[in-house]
Amino acid sequence: MPRELLKGNEAMAEAAIRAGVEAYFGYPITPQTELLEYMARRMPELGRVFVQAESEIAAINMVYGAACTGARVMTSSSGPGISLMMEGLSYIAGTEVPCVIIDVMRGGPGLGNIAPSQGDYHQIVRGGGHGDYRVITLAPATVQEAIDLTVLAFDLAEKYRTIAVVLTDGSIGQMMEPAELPPMREVPRTRPEWAVTGAQGRPRRVLTSIYLDPYEEEKTNQRLLERWRQIQAHEVRYREYYLDDAEIVVVGFGIAGRVALSAVRAARAEGIRVGLLRPITLSPFPYAAIEALCRQARAFLVVEMNAGQMLEDVMLAVARRVPVAFYGRMGGVVPFPDEILEEIRRVVRQPPRLEEDPREAWFQRWSLAR
Amino acid sequence: MQVEIIIAGFGGQGILFAGQILAYAAMDAGKNVTWFPSYGPEMRGGTANCTVIISDEEIGSPLVRHPRAAIVMNRPSLDKYEPLVQPGGVLVVNASMAGRAAERTDVEVVALPANEMAEALGDRRLANMILVGALLARLPVLTLEQVEHALREHMPGRHRHLIERNIRALQEGARAAQAAFTPAMPG
Repeated sequence: MPRELLKGNEAMAEAAIRAGVEAYFGYPITPQTELLEYMARRMPELGRVFVQAESEIAAINMVYGAACTGARVMTSSSGPGISLMMEGLSYIAGTEVPCVIIDVMRGGPGLGNIAPSQGDYHQIVRGGGHGDYRVITLAPATVQEAIDLTVLAFDLAEKYRTIAVVLTDGSIGQMMEPAELPPMREVPRTRPEWAVTGAQGRPRRVLTSIYLDPYEEEKTNQRLLERWRQIQAHEVRYREYYLDDAEIVVVGFGIAGRVALSAVRAARAEGIRVGLLRPITLSPFPYAAIEALCRQARAFLVVEMNAGQMLEDVMLAVARRVPVAFYGRMGGVVPFPDEILEEIRRVVRQPPRLEEDPREAWFQRWSLAR
Repeated sequence: MQVEIIIAGFGGQGILFAGQILAYAAMDAGKNVTWFPSYGPEMRGGTANCTVIISDEEIGSPLVRHPRAAIVMNRPSLDKYEPLVQPGGVLVVNASMAGRAAERTDVEVVALPANEMAEALGDRRLANMILVGALLARLPVLTLEQVEHALREHMPGRHRHLIERNIRALQEGARAAQAAFTPAMPG
């Protein structure tokens, strides 16, 4: 396939189509709307299902219903809409049916704004809805990755009968980059053996998230956990840059990881031995890769567009073996590379201390700077 | 090597399209490129901007504080981006709309009355391509031929009848820039 100049939102929509998505249900919200608009145009052309629902709550329940029939389904939204979908997500998780969600994050909480943000990390990575479940969370940093991870999301969702979320933000959704789309796959002709497709001539199948007997619910929880263990063992993905001799390790995902890459290169040009680890799966999180880096790192610097949400996962992995520093921008502010470069220089100049709380130290510096 | 270009002005001046044509030309030339638009509430106020980054290596941040070059098509954009261009960079000003001269002496300044030039070419909407041509004359990150090729290849169907006049505007801008630039003074 040739390289095309593609906008993130439209690229993810076309990637889903090429991955064989059969039904899309959604409701418009900036900065995600181009994805829905693209689907509104393309899905009917291909004889597939597009429904603009009356709300995000309706959309996710349509996803739930269609997923139960074994169809390849998805929705997309941004923070306020994703929050409305949380009840449905929990039901989908409890019913063990696959689906793909794309969350194009924006500034919050509340109605917030439409600028790029990474404030939904906790909500998505920790599951979001009620009950005891996890979702696969994939975080693209480029338009090409947005395409590839959308396709992967369908594969993983179906392989593990789980929810897979592409967690991206307004910057990746709105920007254009050259990228290559995958070949068109066939829409699946057969239905999985658990799908409810009408029981004429065969024993009935039941899909539910209600287990009134706690022992039965516990068995379901156990099944979910066993699947999650498989996911943790096989599906961790991340990318490393300049880590071979790195003494300072920057950790950032999505757009923040990409901005950090520019800063890391600039710091390298100043002779600082710094590298970048960019998690691609936020869930399962690359704990082992970070743990391994503790043997060479003098300090970690976590960079996010939130108040330190992934920071907590990095700290779990580092387990106080090495000091950790944090730099965050919030509310929809995208840091410039020079800001992160200055943080890297500061880590060299005044290394963080093992006993300090990285978020508190960041907040104190920030308060002083104001 | 990485070059960052910000194009800014009012909505309707073809800001986003000018950036996209540079991005298409860079892609067709085999380079890495990012195009990042303003899409926030500032657009409701009628201003638009985009950042185009062209690079030989994988591009990190799609946004920079200090671009190598800026094309400013109105006064608010001149006020906002003149201070931010890298020393030694290029500032292309639409003198028809800027309302004042650029003040920096450590950047190369190209000021053209792009609106009047566009009208002379028969279409006021060509001001954006005149200024893109002017930029490329002073910052040869892409050749005019590469941008012309991009116009021919990627102009959307309903606008294809405008390709030739866009190319004339590019060439006119490039020609005029060679006579109308003020070189950067060494810092």
